[in-house]
Amino acid sequence: MAEITYLEAIREALDEEMQRDANVFMLGEDIGAFGGAFKVTDGLMAKYGESRVIDSPISEIAIVGAAAGAAHMGMRPVVEMQFIDFVANAYDMLTNYVATARYRAFLPCPMVVRGPSGGYVRGGPFHSQNPEAGFIHTPGLKVVYPATAEDAKGLMKAAIRDEDCVLFFEHKYLYRRIKGVMPAGDHVVPIGKARVAREGNDLSIITYAATVHKALEAAEQLQAEDGLSVEVIDLRTLAPLDDEAIFATTRKTNRVLVVHEDTRTGGIAGEITARISESCFAHLDAPVLRVTAHDIPLPYAPALEDFVLPQVNDIKVAARRLAAW
Amino acid sequence: MLPLERKLELYHWMRLTRTLEERLVALYRQTKVVGGLFRSLGQEADAVGSCYALERRDVMSPLIRNMGAMLVKGATPVEILKQYMAKGDSPTRGRELNIHFGDIGAAETTRGFLGQISPLGDMVPVMAGVTMSFKMRGEDRVGLVYVGDGATSTGAFHEGINFAAVQRLPLVVIIENNGYAYSTPTEKQTAAKQFVDKAIGYGVYGEQVDGNDVLAVYDCTKRAVDRARAGGGVSLLEFMTFRRKGHAEHDNQSYVKPGEVEAWAADNDPIDRFVRVLLDREKVPRSTLEAIDARIIAEVDAATDVAEASPLPQPLDALVGVYADPPAERPLWYREGADVSTLGKERAEGWGTYDVAKGAAL
Ligand SMILES: Cc1ncc(C[n+]2csc(CCOP(=O)(O)OP(=O)(O)O)c2C)c(N)n1
Repeated sequence: MAEITYLEAIREALDEEMQRDANVFMLGEDIGAFGGAFKVTDGLMAKYGESRVIDSPISEIAIVGAAAGAAHMGMRPVVEMQFIDFVANAYDMLTNYVATARYRAFLPCPMVVRGPSGGYVRGGPFHSQNPEAGFIHTPGLKVVYPATAEDAKGLMKAAIRDEDCVLFFEHKYLYRRIKGVMPAGDHVVPIGKARVAREGNDLSIITYAATVHKALEAAEQLQAEDGLSVEVIDLRTLAPLDDEAIFATTRKTNRVLVVHEDTRTGGIAGEITARISESCFAHLDAPVLRVTAHDIPLPYAPALEDFVLPQVNDIKVAARRLAAW
Repeated sequence: MLPLERKLELYHWMRLTRTLEERLVALYRQTKVVGGLFRSLGQEADAVGSCYALERRDVMSPLIRNMGAMLVKGATPVEILKQYMAKGDSPTRGRELNIHFGDIGAAETTRGFLGQISPLGDMVPVMAGVTMSFKMRGEDRVGLVYVGDGATSTGAFHEGINFAAVQRLPLVVIIENNGYAYSTPTEKQTAAKQFVDKAIGYGVYGEQVDGNDVLAVYDCTKRAVDRARAGGGVSLLEFMTFRRKGHAEHDNQSYVKPGEVEAWAADNDPIDRFVRVLLDREKVPRSTLEAIDARIIAEVDAATDVAEASPLPQPLDALVGVYADPPAERPLWYREGADVSTLGKERAEGWGTYDVAKGAAL
């Protein structure tokens, strides 16, 4: 089996799901003949036609609202935000309408809102955001953020088949940098299950998306330089959180570092830390530490972006401090 | 009618826009531009002719393809080059990109332009607020905001223009209809035959103009600006033009209909058209235009040298300015790897000082 990129893995998932279920359709800006700003949907309009790969006006509110309406009627819309930053425009639809539909009125909303997220690409403040925290805080929405090509495919298939609205964050830094060999057959990765990306005994790093790779790199270096055995947990799904996996690694290593690219205050690391302290306090040999972005809008200049976002060295500094506690 | 010397100024601004963009392309190819590069090739008359109808005290908010308007309003080539190259002494100190910068405030002390953000349409309600402040304070100032054909589909555009219309604010809204929004042709953006028809729906004055005729653009905008100043409320102007380059430099425009770019380039280049007017109708000697061109090249050369030589921002500069007070965040404790040699040093005027002890503490 050939290796394919994270981006191609997402395309494969979309393609296979459209093939499998005639109710699956796509909606977004420039996703048709052009294949999307990052070419994720390239070739799908040619294959499935204009009625299933729909080029929309620049209307995020309308796109998400229309997807919800279609989903109520049994369709399975997959919506592309050209950059996830613009999901902010549809925040009202997602949080007020979509997230509450089932609870208020027994209205199913099986839909996916997907889009390129994250930084490390010199995209400046409006093409680098990680708005997951705002949606994790909203009951009724599921949030997925894969770190590997295999998961990108398997989780996308799960998201499309899910009965609820799934926000599917794709890390644009990983699109063409990460490759994987897809398992044969119908490769579906369940939503809500974390993954042990690296086994270790001395301390745990809990993370997701692009920082999984930074954590793995840091773990390798800490092993070589300090003889530290670091476990890395890739959350994969942020809502619902896999408490079992979080608690299991805490009980195993007794030292936890939470790493994410999103800003610190109100970020998901705070939630994970709280859950650990509520449920595993007796298993902790050190306070749970966080490595995150600074609480700053993401700047454009490389030196500034590098400073604001978490880097491998930051993770190493934090891990050493944790190990020495 | 504009006197000849002012027409030559229009020529100057259009030629400067194109020359500066061509220089940016060269810098982009040398990987000196940090992010993407967005051209306005073929749209220079729109930006320049319309902004030229404003007075200095008026306020303008551009879109990505309105570098020409920024220049007319007083942004300098050096500022723009530094922005694209993410320099530490650029107007946004390396935090923001391209023409996302502004100079706004009192009429006497600022140049009156307001940098846009990427989310499309957002500047329409913001400019409604800017003009609302003019009205509330009884200031004789007008606002002008640009959007593309694509941006008209956003909720922010609708809400902003409707709000401004109801309040009868002194606002000119310009829709630059350049045929495409990224890859999406206008007919997939709106079912309306023309954008100017939407003026009726908002209850505002509407006018459509040949966007590649700089004098027509100027005249049309001037009427709208005068109307706004006289208390006549909002105008919606549609400029018919064409985006002859891809969405950004990386985009090869595979979606454009065959021959479309060539047709616009052949007959409708706004600078070529205006040169013909100046030479044939106004009897300007060719040497006059050549002298302007030469001055512009020298100016852009000098600006490039300054911008290239200017410093990059220091990592810790990222920490300053999120709030008015306190002036600086602390570096997060794990940043022991940060270059602390710059800690504690004064930055450029008004920028924070760093306390090593506090900054590096947990
Ligand atoms: C709300 C929002 N959605 C999507 C985008 C991504 N995007 C950037 S530019 C663009 C096309 C803009 O087209 P138009 O408004 O016609 O301006 P033009 O580029 O043609 O000058 C899109 C979709 C955005 N910036 N903002």
